[in-house]
Amino acid sequence: MVTCINDALFPDTGRNVVRLLRRLGVEVDFPQAQTCCGQPMVNTGYLDEAVPVLRSFVRAFEGYDAVVTPSGSCAGSARHQHDLVARRSGDEGLRAASRETSQRVYELSEFLVDVLGVEDVGAYFPHRVTYHPTCHSLRMLAVGDRPLRLLRHVRGIDLTDLPGANECCGFGGTFAMKNSDTSVAMGSDKARHVRETGAEVLVAGDRSCLTHVGGLLSRQRAGVRVMHLADVLAQTEPSKVVAS
Amino acid sequence: MTGTFVGMPVFPKAAREAVGDSQLRRNLAHATGTIRAKRAAVVGEVEEWEELRLAGAAIKENVLLHLDEHLVRLEESLTKAGATVHWASDAEEACRIVGDIAAAHDATEVVKVKSMATQEIGLNEALAARGIDAWETDLAELIVQLGDDLSSHILVPAIHRNRAEIREIFASAMGEVGRPAPDDLTDEPARLAEAARLHLREKFLRAKVGVSGANFAVAETGSLVVVESEGNGRMCLTLPEVLVSVVGIEKILPTWDDLDVFLQLLPRSATGERMNPYTSVWSGVTPDDGPQEVHVVLLDNGRTRALADEVGRQALRCIRCSACLNVCPVYERTGGHAYGSVYPGPIGAILNPLLKGVGHDDQTDSLPYASTLCGACFEACPVRIDIPSVLVELRSQVVDAHRGGVPKPEAVAMKAAGATLASGRRLGLAERLAGTGIRLARRVGARPWTQARDLPDPPAESFRAWWRRTGGDER
Repeated sequence: MVTCINDALFPDTGRNVVRLLRRLGVEVDFPQAQTCCGQPMVNTGYLDEAVPVLRSFVRAFEGYDAVVTPSGSCAGSARHQHDLVARRSGDEGLRAASRETSQRVYELSEFLVDVLGVEDVGAYFPHRVTYHPTCHSLRMLAVGDRPLRLLRHVRGIDLTDLPGANECCGFGGTFAMKNSDTSVAMGSDKARHVRETGAEVLVAGDRSCLTHVGGLLSRQRAGVRVMHLADVLAQTEPSKVVAS
Repeated sequence: MTGTFVGMPVFPKAAREAVGDSQLRRNLAHATGTIRAKRAAVVGEVEEWEELRLAGAAIKENVLLHLDEHLVRLEESLTKAGATVHWASDAEEACRIVGDIAAAHDATEVVKVKSMATQEIGLNEALAARGIDAWETDLAELIVQLGDDLSSHILVPAIHRNRAEIREIFASAMGEVGRPAPDDLTDEPARLAEAARLHLREKFLRAKVGVSGANFAVAETGSLVVVESEGNGRMCLTLPEVLVSVVGIEKILPTWDDLDVFLQLLPRSATGERMNPYTSVWSGVTPDDGPQEVHVVLLDNGRTRALADEVGRQALRCIRCSACLNVCPVYERTGGHAYGSVYPGPIGAILNPLLKGVGHDDQTDSLPYASTLCGACFEACPVRIDIPSVLVELRSQVVDAHRGGVPKPEAVAMKAAGATLASGRRLGLAERLAGTGIRLARRVGARPWTQARDLPDPPAESFRAWWRRTGGDER
């Protein structure tokens, strides 16, 4: 599951997930029927509107061993919100199918560490990096330090702690628009902490949060770029780079 | 006289003003940061904290599921112990009962223990309308009352004030309602506390009627419990001849032993202390000791409405510790006034809509959206209220309450998104317009986003288009 935001706006992150998983020997497919996990509707209160989205989600991922997604938030939505939507539909068949599907959904770092059993993915990234644990990966999925364990094994990386790392960046889906002033106030504090680390790159496991904090850093001309965890883990030493 | 929240604007509007107030931001960041660190330290030292949380949640769930039986038992125990029990279905009825009791004793003033239930029902204003002064005796509530202000936090209602501001309030307002502050008052905390002690002492000694709430009401023994830090509450509970306590019907604990769990959970979660300095317990009337006339007003005021909400009823487990406020990144930026209620922060964002119902006023309907759903509140809650899940449920209730009329632009957009996202083919077609969308947003401006944030560059092709073209093969 590439996620709707990566599909439309950050296809490179999707390509990096494919590259990384194939490098690790995983057979990767992209079922074209997939769209979105439905979280934008659910979190705004539009449950009826999320029902057709859930139906297409369940259909698209039928028959696969694992549904891997580069997003703590979308994985969290599948595991913790899909049942809510299925119940709303009143369709017991959908409910059972959705429950079965959500058990096969993994956030990227969970899949790498728990299913593949790897922490060293053979990546090379000689830059100063700080990592922001996004709220849904941290508190909804409890991925713990899996992303950091993966990053620590990246060759050449200079990984530095982010002050106040566990605090929300202020994105929050439609919160970023409905409560934009508060969202920006929270994001500005997060961006200040990022700048304090002296990192060149801010890494996180959710493109949505990165779009928000990255948009602030860009507006501030902070000289810090944002990358998804998959974008870093896909990098290899120059001699081994495959041109894209 | 304290201000009122009536007529407060919707959350985003109130929050916009609050986040623009740099002094407020500074006061709040300092105060919440301090209390967060204290809580984390004392919670971290309890090995079985998670078991305590589970026990607390289970006891309260039992109370809520069998509330009818527990309430009857509480009434019996209280009556047997010599207390008079009153039932109030709403704020107006509760205020009338308290006012009638004070009037029956010809009281022109009452002294008050810090109490959320009496704030919730607007008791001070109701008593003032009957010519009865209600004096707040909790230090922070006194600051709020003297400053003609509104509380902005459940536990520390003057959290938005710094000590220089408090000195100003004491110096200018104390003399109008009693003993004035000393002429040479400074902003040293000890001097400020001393001024409050002297000011309050004469009120404690004079008042015939005390008014309180209760942190817990033990059904088995008919005991009410007040947990506090200053001892001013105990003055109000012991010195007056008459004591009236307004207690929400969800405050029940079935047995005396249950207190064991909650007296561990509450102080550590609230003030970040292992044990609070004062815990007062009274069971009805004790002859020749303390108030000889004891009344208990059991308050509904929307609680049975909340109880009927299958997802939302867990909010009634709340013990008003404020841990969720202190860890909330939204509350830290906006402060409590933006929530337009005596219950601010994450718990306020669910409790107010649950007590009042949604779909009636825009202010209440805006509260479930005053959160990023980051989950810090759920993690901190000592009775494991899953606030993010309740927020999502209440958002769906807000949306459902507005279905059927002329749809808002958001509802139209969500319907269109739902239809588009029901099929990969339709989404693929829509994505061809993504670049156009971003360029358009840049040109005409999507102001809520772009006022402070840049938009990303649109990609040359979507992931979907790339996969269709290459099959995911990069060679």
